[in-house]
Amino acid sequence: MTTPTVADITQRKPPAWSLPPLDTPGSRAIPVDTLRRFADECRLDIVEMLCRAGSGHPGGSFSAINLTTTLFLDEMRHRPHEPRWPERDRLVLSKGHAVPSLYAPLAQLGYLRRDELWTLRRLGSRLQGHPANMLCPGIEASTGSLGQGLSVAQGMALAGLMDGKGKDPAFRVYCITGDGELQEGQVWEAAMSAPRHKVHNLTVIMDCNGGQIDGLVKDVLDLEPLADKWKAFNWHVLTIDGHDFVQFRAALQAARAETTRPTAIIARTTKGHGASLFEKDLVGWHGKTPTRDEANQVIAEILGRLG
Amino acid sequence: MTTTTTTTKPVASREAFGNALEALGREFPHLVVLDADLSKSTMSMKFAKAYPARFLEMGIQEANMLGTAAGLALCGKIPFCCSFACFISGRFDQIKMSVAYSGAAVRIIGTHAGVGIGEDGYSQQGLEDLGLMRSLPGMLVLQPGDDVETEQMIRVLMTHRSPAYVRLTRQKLPRVHRDGYRFEPGKLDVLARHGTDALLLCTGGTVGPAVDAAARLAQGGGPRVTVGNVHTIKPIDADGIAALARECKRVITVEDHNVVGGMGSAVVEALAERHLVPVKRLGVQDVFGESGTPEELYRRHHLDAEGIADDVRDWLTRR
Ligand SMILES: Cc1ncc(C[n+]2csc(CCOP(=O)(O)OP(=O)(O)O)c2C)c(N)n1
Repeated sequence: MTTPTVADITQRKPPAWSLPPLDTPGSRAIPVDTLRRFADECRLDIVEMLCRAGSGHPGGSFSAINLTTTLFLDEMRHRPHEPRWPERDRLVLSKGHAVPSLYAPLAQLGYLRRDELWTLRRLGSRLQGHPANMLCPGIEASTGSLGQGLSVAQGMALAGLMDGKGKDPAFRVYCITGDGELQEGQVWEAAMSAPRHKVHNLTVIMDCNGGQIDGLVKDVLDLEPLADKWKAFNWHVLTIDGHDFVQFRAALQAARAETTRPTAIIARTTKGHGASLFEKDLVGWHGKTPTRDEANQVIAEILGRLG
Repeated sequence: MTTTTTTTKPVASREAFGNALEALGREFPHLVVLDADLSKSTMSMKFAKAYPARFLEMGIQEANMLGTAAGLALCGKIPFCCSFACFISGRFDQIKMSVAYSGAAVRIIGTHAGVGIGEDGYSQQGLEDLGLMRSLPGMLVLQPGDDVETEQMIRVLMTHRSPAYVRLTRQKLPRVHRDGYRFEPGKLDVLARHGTDALLLCTGGTVGPAVDAAARLAQGGGPRVTVGNVHTIKPIDADGIAALARECKRVITVEDHNVVGGMGSAVVEALAERHLVPVKRLGVQDVFGESGTPEELYRRHHLDAEGIADDVRDWLTRR
C-alpha cells in the first residue's frame, strides 16, 4: 500500500471555532458537526505530536477525544484565558497516559500555543508525558499512576459542595478513567466513598475501549458486570456509546439533574477510534507511536473525513 | 539557657494536635479534617465533634482519603489528613502523585510514631515514614517534641501553602519548652548547652529523654553536651547544625525511627556536604519493631534517658 503524502500538519491553520462563551452552564448545544470536526482536528494534532515525540499512547488518546471534546466545548464551565478561574468546572484525567487527549483541545481553545504541542515529552517542555498540573495550564491534577484520579476528583467535588449554595455546587467535577484502570483497588475505594458523601456534582466517565497493555480487558481481568458493580455501590449509572456526541451530551445532562448521587457513565468506545490503522490492532497501538508513514496515513484518513 | 523537662503534666503530641485543631476551627473556615476510622486515636475526634460539617469520616480507605484531601487542597481548602504514621506513609504512591507532584497542600498527620506505641508491635509502628516523606521534593517534614511546639506547628501549617507531613506520638511527652517559646520552621531549636563535648540531636519522642540524658551526664562529671531539637526534618537546618557541629566536633542523633532514612540520615547528609564530623546515629538499628511496653521498648532501643546517656558516654570515650 502506498502512503499518501500529506502537507505538514503543523503548518495547517486550524479553523477559527466560533463558540459561545464557555463559562456558562452546560449544555451549550454545540452542533454535533462542530464537535465532530473539533475532535478530528484534535486527532490530527495528537497523531502529529505522538509521531514527533516518538513515544506515547495513541489508542487511549483517540478513544477519549470525543469525550474530552464534548466536555470542553459543550459541558464544562471554564475560561481558556483564565485557567485558574475559581468557579470553573474541573476535569481530572485519571488515565494520565492519554494526556494528548487534553493537550490537543487545550491548544485548540487557547490554553496552550499550538506550536507548544510539538514539544511533547521533550526536555524542558510543560507538556510532560503524563499530566503535570504544576507545569501545564488546564491540567487539574498530576496523574499517571493509574487508579488515583477519582479520589482527587471526589475531593474537588466536595470542595465544590462546601462552597456552593444549598444543593447548588460552586462547580462540577468530571473524571475520565480507563477500563483497565478499573482493576485498581483505589477506584473502588472512591466508588464506595462518593455516594456516602453525596457528591452529586461528581461524574466519572469510563472510557471502556476494551484494551489494556497485556491484552483485552476481558481476558486480562474481566470487569463485567460493570454497570451492576457501580449500581451496587449506589451510583447513578448510565451506559452509552462513547463516540456518540448526542448520547454523551444527554448523559451529562442527566448527571447534572441528579441532586443526591454521583453519576457513573460507562462509555463504550473503541481503542484508537477514528483511525482505521489503530482500530485494527487495538492492543498493539496502546503505547506504540506511528512512524512518519503511518502517521501520514492516519492524517490522510482524517483529512479525508474533514473534507 | 539550660532547660530541663519541667514539672507540667506530660501531654502526647497527638493530644496537643487534637486540641489545636479544635481551637483553630473557628478562625479558619476552610479547615477540613479527614480521618480513616482512627479519629479517637489521632484525636481528630475533638474537631469532628465541634465542626461536624467540616469533618470527613473516610472509613478505612487511606489511599482514597489522601486523594480526596488532595482534591480539597487543590480547590482552596485546608485539609488535615489523619491516620497512624505506618498506614498513611504506607500509601506512598498516593502521597507522591496526588499530593506532592500535584502541589496539593495536604497536611498529612501520622500519629503513633515509632516503638513508643508499645504493645501493638511492628505492624502499627511507623518506623520508615520520615525516610519516605523526606524523599519527596517540596515536602515539609515536621516532628514536634512537646505539646507547646505541636500547637504552634499546627497553627503555622494553617497558612503553609504546600504539602506537609507531621509525625506525632501516642505516648505522653514531657514539656521541654518554656512559655514564650516560638517555633520557627526550618531552624534548629537548641534546648540545652551543658558544654561542647558533643552535639546531641533529638526529635519527637526522644526529645524529653535526650534533655534528661544531657542533664544526667553533666551532673555525673561529663561529657557535657549541647542538645538540639530537630523539629524540622525537611528542610533540615543544615547550616545551623553544621555550625554547632564545628564547635562540638562530635554529633550524636537519637530518634524513635529506623536509623536508615530518618533524622540521623538527614543530619549526616547535611554534614557530609558542609563540615563532616564523626556522627553516631542512635535509634532503631534497622530491625523490625516488636511488642512490649513503651518503657521496655525505649529501654531496649536505648531511647530512654539512661540508654542515651550510656551510649553517648561510651561512644565519646571509645573514640
Ligand atoms: C498504577 C499503574 N500501574 C501500571 C501502569 C502502566 N500502564 C499504563 S497504561 C496501562 C493500561 C491502561 O489501560 P486502560 O486503563 O484501559 O487505558 P486505555 O486502554 O484507555 O489506554 C498500564 C498498565 C500505570 N500507569 N499505573
